[in-house]
Amino acid sequence: MYLTLAYRNIWRNRRRTLITILSITFAVLLACIMRSMQLGSYDKMIENSVRFHTGYIQIHKKGYWDDKVIDNSMPMDTSVIQSMTRVPGVDAYVPRLESFALASHGTQTKGAMVMGIDPEREHQLTLLKDKVVEGRYLTSGDEGVMIGQGLAEYLKIGVGDTLVLLGQGYHGASAAGLYPVQGILRFPLPQQNDQLVYLSLPTAQWLYGADNMVTTVALLIDDPDHTEKIVRDIRSQIDMEEYEVMDWKELVPELVQNIELDNVSGRIMLWVLYLVIGFGMFGTYLMMTAERIYEFGVMIAVGMRRFRLQGLVFLEILMMSVMGVLAGICLSLPVLIYFNKNPIRFPEEVGEMVETFGMEPVYAFSLDPVIFTNQAYAIFFMAIILSGYPIWKIQRMKVVESMRL
Amino acid sequence: MAALIKATNITKVYHKTSVPVHAINNLSVEIAEGEFTAIVGPSGCGKTTLLNILGGLDQPTSGTVMIDGVDISRMKDSDLIDFRLHNIGFVFQAYNLIPVLTALENIEFIMLLQKRSRKERVARAKELLEQMNIADKADHRPGELSGGQQQRVAVARALASNPRFILADEPTANLDSVSTENLLDLMARINREQKATFIFSTHDQRVMDKARRLIRLVDGAIVSDDVRS
Ligand SMILES: Nc1ncnc2c1ncn2[C@@H]1O[C@H](COP(=O)(O)OP(=O)(O)OP(=O)(O)O)[C@@H](O)[C@H]1O
Ligand SMILES: [Mg+2]
Repeated sequence: MYLTLAYRNIWRNRRRTLITILSITFAVLLACIMRSMQLGSYDKMIENSVRFHTGYIQIHKKGYWDDKVIDNSMPMDTSVIQSMTRVPGVDAYVPRLESFALASHGTQTKGAMVMGIDPEREHQLTLLKDKVVEGRYLTSGDEGVMIGQGLAEYLKIGVGDTLVLLGQGYHGASAAGLYPVQGILRFPLPQQNDQLVYLSLPTAQWLYGADNMVTTVALLIDDPDHTEKIVRDIRSQIDMEEYEVMDWKELVPELVQNIELDNVSGRIMLWVLYLVIGFGMFGTYLMMTAERIYEFGVMIAVGMRRFRLQGLVFLEILMMSVMGVLAGICLSLPVLIYFNKNPIRFPEEVGEMVETFGMEPVYAFSLDPVIFTNQAYAIFFMAIILSGYPIWKIQRMKVVESMRL
Repeated sequence: MAALIKATNITKVYHKTSVPVHAINNLSVEIAEGEFTAIVGPSGCGKTTLLNILGGLDQPTSGTVMIDGVDISRMKDSDLIDFRLHNIGFVFQAYNLIPVLTALENIEFIMLLQKRSRKERVARAKELLEQMNIADKADHRPGELSGGQQQRVAVARALASNPRFILADEPTANLDSVSTENLLDLMARINREQKATFIFSTHDQRVMDKARRLIRLVDGAIVSDDVRS
């Protein structure tokens, strides 16, 4: 009966209740879309930098990350590899020999990031094969190179042309070689697209005079959410005096920082939105208390305990909130699902500008349940706080005074 | 026989203005079970104030109110609410009912607060509506009832909790003469047949004529107290 009573009470003022519910619906809808776009873009950024590049976990020789030189490379030690791959959650290991070199063709020269890779393993982790836009993907024994499209355009080089690489090898040896371009890769992030040169691992080891050496072992893991646990497990398995184990947050700290910064601004916008909605909700609670003071007086007079009456009013407030939140989520779901499946691409001109900021010109929408639950929490939290007013009012009201006509 | 209600030396002083108002002035009164008593007097003489104090809605500035030997004049708020729920029925001048509940539900509501079973509630509510001659309005909301019908539902609700007595502050003030007569006759019949104790205030001579005891107030004090046969 309390439920019936509460339900009928909220519809006493149909228009006001509708406005209140709709404003909550609107806030939740807007917030869901906003958050979905934000979290989606973060996911995309992390995906591009981490999932398709660094991997979620990397192992190096201790000190490599602070001083990324070829001299800080490490031999491929099968026993270490084995103890890592035995850790639950580690699906595969991906060895790399990374260094710098000058890349030139004709009269053009540019600094490049050289990656010696095991082509099959690399593809497992980063789906590199899918980035090939021209030519063909490397095989493990290949002596050619694949280069980023941006770099290729700068150097005016194409498939079949010869690329000159010049750098410093292991222990000061000089590293130089001529390599036929075998494939062109297109990356969404400009810093990758304009700099990367891929060789097969043995070819790279030969170039740098670093026989059987790698700088990095990236790990393919079953679930990004397990990163922390896997890192902990690996650290307990291998000699931490000799190696360093890093998760993606340590590998791309700028990215993590950018995301956090952007996230803060997003949150502030949400706070403002909810503040506005909160005022509206409060207005409704204020009115529904004020206009029913006489009635509350009668109810307490005939024997309704104050806490029951407070419970009734709270139930009414909760009902309005639940309706608003549910409606908001129900309306946003189809929108978000649609754009999750069909991400929005920026138009060409805008897209180029966005790319210069190091972002992919795509609006991806996240469907993380957290987006919805957080809006629900926010609304319920406000409802609870703001219901303090009618609850306080009922606690304090004097029956006789409230019933004076 | 011990009095059902025993008010001793009660005073109610309001300090709202610079001159204190003695709404009730050292008043003592006893009410026995089964009475049908009217409290009358000019406007502002303290009828409402007295009924509120007897019903535990308001506390006297001094003096005590005992109901069945229990002192309610210094009771804690929540205990007093429970006491009212189980011992006192109330009928106010107007707007007694919860507007979103039907007549039947309004009567049920008080028994819901008493935590009685649904079956019992519905049966009792129907019986009371029958007694008040408004069984056909059971599913109407207060807004769909006339003033007289609303007051009859209010009396039914007051009776529903099986209280020790019923307080009615000017229950007929907003009613026409036919409805007034009707309501008073119903109350009188229930008083006769069920020994329910009624204490009501009024301005209306015809209502006074129905009372068996007439307490006349002037300036917060009793000036006459007549029992009629
Ligand atoms: N809350 C209050 N503050 C100040 N004075 C009050 C208050 N309530 C009542 N009074 C005063 O107390 C006196 C008695 O008021 P009360 O309402 O009991 O009279 P009443 O007999 O019920 O009058 P009526 O017939 O008009 O209903 C009046 O003088 C009134 O002005
Ligand atoms: Mg009065």
